[in-house]
Amino acid sequence: MSYKFDFAFLADRWPDFVAGAWLTVQLTVASIALGFVVGTVCALARVYGGPVLRRLVGIYVETIRNTPLLIQIFLVYFGLSSLGLKLSAEVSAIVALTVNMGAYTTEIMRAGIQSIQRTQLEAADCLGLTKMQTILHVVLLPAMERVYPALSSQFVLLMLASSITSQISAEELTATANLVQSDTYRSFEVYMIVAVVYLALSALYRFALWAIGLVLFERRRRLGTPL
Amino acid sequence: MPVEGDTVIRIKDVVKEFGPLRVLDGVGFDVARGQTVAIVGRSGSGKSTLLRCIAGLETIQGGTIEVCGHAVGRPGSEARAQLRRDVGMVFQSYNLFPHLTVERNITLALTLVKKQPKEEARKVAAEVLGLVGLTDKRLSYPEQLSGGQQQRVAIARSLALKPQVMLFDEVTSALDPELTAEVLAVMEDLARRGMTMITVTHEMGFARRVADLVVFMYHGKVWEIGPTAELFADPKTAEFRQFVGSEL
Amino acid sequence: MIQLSANHILYLVEAARWTVLLSLIAFAGGALVGLPLALMRVARSRLLRGLAGIYIQIIQGTPLLIVLFLSYFGLGIVGFKLDPLVAAGLSLTIYAAAFLAEIWRGCIEAVPKTQWEASDCLGLNPFQQYAYVILPQAVRIATPPTVGFMVQIVKNTSLASVIGFVELARAGQIVNNSTFEPFAIFAIVGAIYFAICYPLSLASRHLERKVHAGRG
Repeated sequence: MSYKFDFAFLADRWPDFVAGAWLTVQLTVASIALGFVVGTVCALARVYGGPVLRRLVGIYVETIRNTPLLIQIFLVYFGLSSLGLKLSAEVSAIVALTVNMGAYTTEIMRAGIQSIQRTQLEAADCLGLTKMQTILHVVLLPAMERVYPALSSQFVLLMLASSITSQISAEELTATANLVQSDTYRSFEVYMIVAVVYLALSALYRFALWAIGLVLFERRRRLGTPL
Repeated sequence: MPVEGDTVIRIKDVVKEFGPLRVLDGVGFDVARGQTVAIVGRSGSGKSTLLRCIAGLETIQGGTIEVCGHAVGRPGSEARAQLRRDVGMVFQSYNLFPHLTVERNITLALTLVKKQPKEEARKVAAEVLGLVGLTDKRLSYPEQLSGGQQQRVAIARSLALKPQVMLFDEVTSALDPELTAEVLAVMEDLARRGMTMITVTHEMGFARRVADLVVFMYHGKVWEIGPTAELFADPKTAEFRQFVGSEL
Repeated sequence: MIQLSANHILYLVEAARWTVLLSLIAFAGGALVGLPLALMRVARSRLLRGLAGIYIQIIQGTPLLIVLFLSYFGLGIVGFKLDPLVAAGLSLTIYAAAFLAEIWRGCIEAVPKTQWEASDCLGLNPFQQYAYVILPQAVRIATPPTVGFMVQIVKNTSLASVIGFVELARAGQIVNNSTFEPFAIFAIVGAIYFAICYPLSLASRHLERKVHAGRG
């Protein structure tokens, strides 16, 4: 093999990688947060809602989980714009990732919510808590604690999947890599670097999620036992 | 002796059905303020269902239940929120919130429902924890407590809301005998302080010692009812005689 | 502009055969590499466990798209120019192996410890313990999540479109380039993916219930 590795391009191009990684973080943090809200609301609807609502949420979840993210992104970016709703690549990316995240969160949170026993709701009712207060204080936090590992994994998977938004030229990390390699013809080096950056981001996200878990679940922090 | 004053609970001709099954079939009696009532009977006699109806956890198909002036058991009862303030309920399975400390279990409803400031709610928590003898467990989590202690916290949690009536649904059934005693002692203390209480129980000794009124239920009906001493001294029906005999 | 016609749809359905083929290659390759990895993960040797663990951590922390770019553009420039089908098959194999290994490790560990002890007491050697006692039970537990993961594989084959391999997603883009009806076309493409994936999802759930019932 006569190929010589050459990372010299990094000297001028590193700010591009930083900017790309930063956009990846922004896109994915926004989509994770929004998708979590969408998914939690849908999960509540799936467990406590009427038959029509439950069915609608079921259709949403199955549709998203059984089609590729790439196609979902194309539908939002190219599809919606052809129908007259023109969104920027970044906004399209956030919309598509949120819708995707929401479907997976729904399934995960549903399992958590279903693990909360009815008697807990009765106790809250007898104490005079409203339905909303019961959901917020008695249902959601313990439900989330039970499924937090699955939820965290899904969040990291979404961050990695966000690389697909490069295909609608959202200028995130992968798109940056594509750009740099087409300028430098150093595709092997470029993609190796980007792979390492993604690995670092994965580790960072895992750490951040672990820290958030510590803050959120006080009982677990103090006792260290699963709920 | 409790003052035989105003009637706090009026139960009249209550019918409760689960599908084709009639669990309560024309149940009725009154409870005066300060009275302690023990509802006894075999499992399946409808006694727990009756208590859940009084607590407003079930809708009834016939009759009326009035607790502290609030109509209970019909869907869309306006007075539901007020009822919650006046009636406390303690469950067989404690139903403490596992993710909250003992103190927060107690202050949750105080801050959310009664809108008390945190400091004031903490004072109330300390006060009711003192009543059940668990002051030192303020910052523990439910899983760190024994069943008996958890049940005492559950009682304290209800008491914190200063209810006029307390309902106890087989609160010692899940406990070992040695833990049962500490919970019953708390309840006996409450009765002595003049709390109006209805308790569904298997503890005949407790019923005899503490209750003013005993209601014996059989097949969804009030089969026998009367002042405790009289009823146990002279059972009128064969069913109650047999029940008392088997429980002793 | 060309009208979207039945011929276009036929073209998409035919392209879906490549999606299926690529999925099968990825699954076969992923299983072939993933099983040894899973066994390494539960091996006594710390070295084997560590090596498999590192591989899984790296692949599960890197986007599949980057793996794909590395094996197509990267290897191409280094001097190993791969055909798009080969590059896609290789990347999906690398990806699927990591995830299948993790799934299967969990299933092997889910077989009660007492089964190892019992077969050990009967004098079976480690290979016999695996072949006759542990793996047959692990397979039962592993079937539902494995079928479920096949859905992920099918969906991820869509990324092969990015390096120009004409499967379903790429075919959708090609049709769109001549008809400019992205909403309708990608909806149809999505529906075809759904038609492949949904039965797998249902099967996974059905099997899951069966395994659960059998244990209860």
